[in-house]
Amino acid sequence: MSNIDQAADAGPSSASRQKAARKPRRSRILVDFMGSMTLAITLLVALSIASVIGTVLVQNEPYTEYLMDFGPFWHEIFAGMGLYQVYSATWFLLVVAFLVISTSFCVYRQSPGLLKDLRRYNLQVKEKSLRSFHSSATGDLDQPQDEFVQHAHRVLKAQGFKAREKNSDGQTVIAAMRGRWNRLGYLLTHVGIVVICVGALADGTTLLKINEWLGNLEIETRSVPISEVPRSAWIPDWNPSFRGSVEIPEGASANVVFLPMREGYFVQELPFRIELEEFRIERFSTGAESSYESDLIIHDPNRDEPLRHTISVNYPLIYNGYAIFQASFADGGTRLDIDAIPLGAEALQALEVPGRVFQEMDIPTPDGDTRTIEFINFQLENVVPLLNEEGVRENRHMGPSFDFRLMDRTGHGLYYRNYQRPALQEGAMYFLSGVRESPADEFHYLFLPADADNSLERFRTYLAMLHNPEVRNEIARQVARDDDTVEGSQNQAIAQTAAELMGLFAQGGYMAVHNEIERRVPAERIEEVRDLMVRILHAGLQGLYMEVLQDEGVVSIQEEEQRFLEDTISAINAISLYQSPFFFHLKDFEHREASGLQIARAPGQSTVYVGSTMLIVGIFLLFYVSYQRLWIMARRREDGEGTHVVMAGTSNRHQVEFEERFAHLKRWIIEQKPVRSDSAGDDSHNKNA
Amino acid sequence: MSVPHEALDFERPGFFRQLQLRDWAYFALMAAVAVISLTFYGENMDRYDIGGLILAVGTSAWMGWFWRPWQAFSIIVGVLALFGIWLYGDSLAANETNFWLNYIGSGQAGVMWMSVFLYLSTVAYLMGLFSNSDFPARVGAAFAWVGAGAGAMALLVRWREIYLTDPTWGYIPVANLYEVFILFAALTALMYLYYEQRTGSRNMGAFVMLIIAASVTFLLWYMFTRDAHIVEPLVPALNSWWMKIHVPTNFVGYGGFAIAAMLGVAFLIRDRLERTRPDAAITQRMPTKETLDSVMYKSIAIGFAFFTLATVLGAMWAAEAWGGYWSWDPKETWALIVWLNYAAWLHMRFTKGWRGPTMAWWAIVGLFITTFAFLGVNMFLSGLHSYGEL
Ligand code: HEM
Repeated sequence: MSNIDQAADAGPSSASRQKAARKPRRSRILVDFMGSMTLAITLLVALSIASVIGTVLVQNEPYTEYLMDFGPFWHEIFAGMGLYQVYSATWFLLVVAFLVISTSFCVYRQSPGLLKDLRRYNLQVKEKSLRSFHSSATGDLDQPQDEFVQHAHRVLKAQGFKAREKNSDGQTVIAAMRGRWNRLGYLLTHVGIVVICVGALADGTTLLKINEWLGNLEIETRSVPISEVPRSAWIPDWNPSFRGSVEIPEGASANVVFLPMREGYFVQELPFRIELEEFRIERFSTGAESSYESDLIIHDPNRDEPLRHTISVNYPLIYNGYAIFQASFADGGTRLDIDAIPLGAEALQALEVPGRVFQEMDIPTPDGDTRTIEFINFQLENVVPLLNEEGVRENRHMGPSFDFRLMDRTGHGLYYRNYQRPALQEGAMYFLSGVRESPADEFHYLFLPADADNSLERFRTYLAMLHNPEVRNEIARQVARDDDTVEGSQNQAIAQTAAELMGLFAQGGYMAVHNEIERRVPAERIEEVRDLMVRILHAGLQGLYMEVLQDEGVVSIQEEEQRFLEDTISAINAISLYQSPFFFHLKDFEHREASGLQIARAPGQSTVYVGSTMLIVGIFLLFYVSYQRLWIMARRREDGEGTHVVMAGTSNRHQVEFEERFAHLKRWIIEQKPVRSDSAGDDSHNKNA
Repeated sequence: MSVPHEALDFERPGFFRQLQLRDWAYFALMAAVAVISLTFYGENMDRYDIGGLILAVGTSAWMGWFWRPWQAFSIIVGVLALFGIWLYGDSLAANETNFWLNYIGSGQAGVMWMSVFLYLSTVAYLMGLFSNSDFPARVGAAFAWVGAGAGAMALLVRWREIYLTDPTWGYIPVANLYEVFILFAALTALMYLYYEQRTGSRNMGAFVMLIIAASVTFLLWYMFTRDAHIVEPLVPALNSWWMKIHVPTNFVGYGGFAIAAMLGVAFLIRDRLERTRPDAAITQRMPTKETLDSVMYKSIAIGFAFFTLATVLGAMWAAEAWGGYWSWDPKETWALIVWLNYAAWLHMRFTKGWRGPTMAWWAIVGLFITTFAFLGVNMFLSGLHSYGEL
């Protein structure tokens, strides 16, 4: 029943009241149930709960992840209930459909009453019912009846009421109303909601689901090249609404998009081909991305000329109802020219590796084995935010890097990230290589010291010499000879030890040295022997370094040279943990990016917008226009010339305000006095100013 | 015998005839602001910027007519903000040397003043609740005005500061949690002051200011522990004209819901006091249940209307930025949940005539749902709404 009647408890008889008194027909019961508030609220709650589930349970993950998270038992149940895609689950769509139906019924049921509210002034009121209104007043005036009626009309008109009058038996009834738009607000909100839902359903995946039921379509779950996707997973371009994505490398093109569907996808055909000419990342001075842009060329058989257009985030291309958005980006197979520098005796003989992101290749190691390198990604810019010494935020530009995985014959291996350019670290330059066991871990870094030319040359020379037994022996002899603290007879022994220690260090760092000492020396003497051995080792390593510097023509050793040696020793020590026979150094690259496009066709969009507009306008009407009705009854006073007046009013909102307004009306119409003594004509408006 | 019609005041002057000279002066000022901005900066503006300017100035002019205190408020805030911007000149570094900038004119200073005054206002309102005099509550209202003004000024100056940090970054300061918390505190305080003036019921402030003080506390915590005030460039998807209207609209919604919930608390307390200690002075000083119920409804109504608008605007923006007007992204979904909740609340009130403690409780629960949608989603759920991660 309509709200206005409720507000007016014993209000004038209304059409819906009379109806309620009749014995309901069966169809009427259905209409009542479908349009009932209880059902509507239940559906709203159901919708809310489903929505909560959809946000708590991450949607549209690969099924294997769910299986790991929940175990096979719950996974089966969750998958069966469609909880991984709540919002396209059949039961969810049914709830929405019911909501639409329920709201439609509600509108259907309310409309007659509404129209009546709009048009019928209801002049058939009884004095008794008027007196029982919450807002009601009576008065006995000396004024003649027709003069009073005229006056009442003046006030009503001035106050924005529309009024009707009826005279019978010497009695005048005036029925007036204002704020009729409020009633329209009810229609607009509810029809708006129906319109929105209809538009949204049209844009949903319902059609695909139906085709899947009919057996016309079958989800593809494998990730295989597009040519191997069976026709049953292809959707021809009859499909009016979809939303999918496709990644196109620079210089390549695509005429399909992939629609994610439960544990797999469909391939949606497009009636045109999209070519990506170039993809760009625009950057702020900090190096953070400011925008992504793609230069597209649309090849459409229906066009004479291909269409060129640049899209960027927030600026899509709408082409024949297909909206093409910039969604993401990825590497499109960048070419990488890499030097594989053996971390051993052959350090100076690098192997050229022509790589490409997403490719794998086999590399022979110096010891006759092979490793497989898989190029995972390339990154043109690496910007690391740091706090500098003054505590101010600063961005460090690290230049290009590439990610790869290096596997042995069994397929085991670690993940690496190498930077092309040396980076400054506490005052010196290093080539960085991060290594980790799995992509989920943090990187541990190998620091290879860069020489004065910012190259790896000196380090490689040193490494190669350290791995060469002849060089080691020679250096060891020199070191022993130059050592004045030992007698000549011991020279031989010292030289041998030094050579051996250097060999051990080259193979396995300090760890190998320690292990060897532990193996040979009784426990109580280890401490003492170890100190001595490390001194001899360092003397050897230092001697080797002098040799390297001499070959380079460096005569005086400065602090930085000394530091370089320390860094070299730490680096060689760390190589044993690095688990790669090579250091992969990026010489050059040819950057190729891929643009991630999202392509959507949503014919329901404008419907949804129209519905939304109705909804918003309706809500504002409902809240901010108050629907008020007023009745005035006037007849000759029984005791003489004057007029007896009964007045009553009601509003469907804002009871407090309406009472104030009614009081004003009473003062003007019945008491015929000004509301304010100063009579500024300023009613509730601005009264607090 | 009867009074001549001329003496009665029922003739409603038309809307425009109710306006006084000062209203027209304010309108002229706003028009002048628009004209001056267009003359001096017009060539740097695209049609969206011009549209935005006209929308902002028009809204302000209308606000001034609708609610006169807005006139003085907006003028003072505008002048202070211009002062801060003028002090900066072309260099952000001015902030390190200039005394006035450091203590009054910079965005940071504005935030600190806002925090101080909103806290003081809370204290004053609470004192008002327990004292026999009207005075503390009046002071509370004055402090709330100052606090809201400082917050509004802070946002305006920060807007300029962002451009000074790097001219290519430029965005309106409603893009991260730090900025929207300033917006929330200032806007909610203003909305409250409006209802206080319209109802004349000052003691609602003791309750409403509590939630504002809580949000200020969060803001300060966020600023001091996370350096949230440092200006960072926007992620590309946020760099859109839509943000300018979507975010502020949303916060009218949040503000309305927050006020309603706090009035719900007041309602429950008054309800209890009336039963347990009907004659106590404190009971009499509490706002009446009718007032609380009415303002609670009004703030939910305005919140709901603007929240609906904001959600629709958000959908239109999403259609542009992500390729679909609705993606069931957690933030969107929670917006829907919030919306459904208040739609149900309104239905119960409209059609079943529900009033009283149930509705008060419901409004309080509503604020928890809203808070989750506002903060919880960013903290606990992942999604496309990347901004404002904690
Ligand atoms: C957008 C927000 C909505 C607003 C502001 C709103 C407002 C209203 C109002 C004011 C009424 C009472 C009409 C009257 O005065 O006679 C009403 C009734 C009703 N509304 Fe809504 N509504 C909204 C959304 C919905 C939704 C989503 C549904 C979904 C089912 C719905 C279903 C109903 C039903 C079934 C009634 C009739 C109740 C009855 O006849 O007992 N409304 N609504």
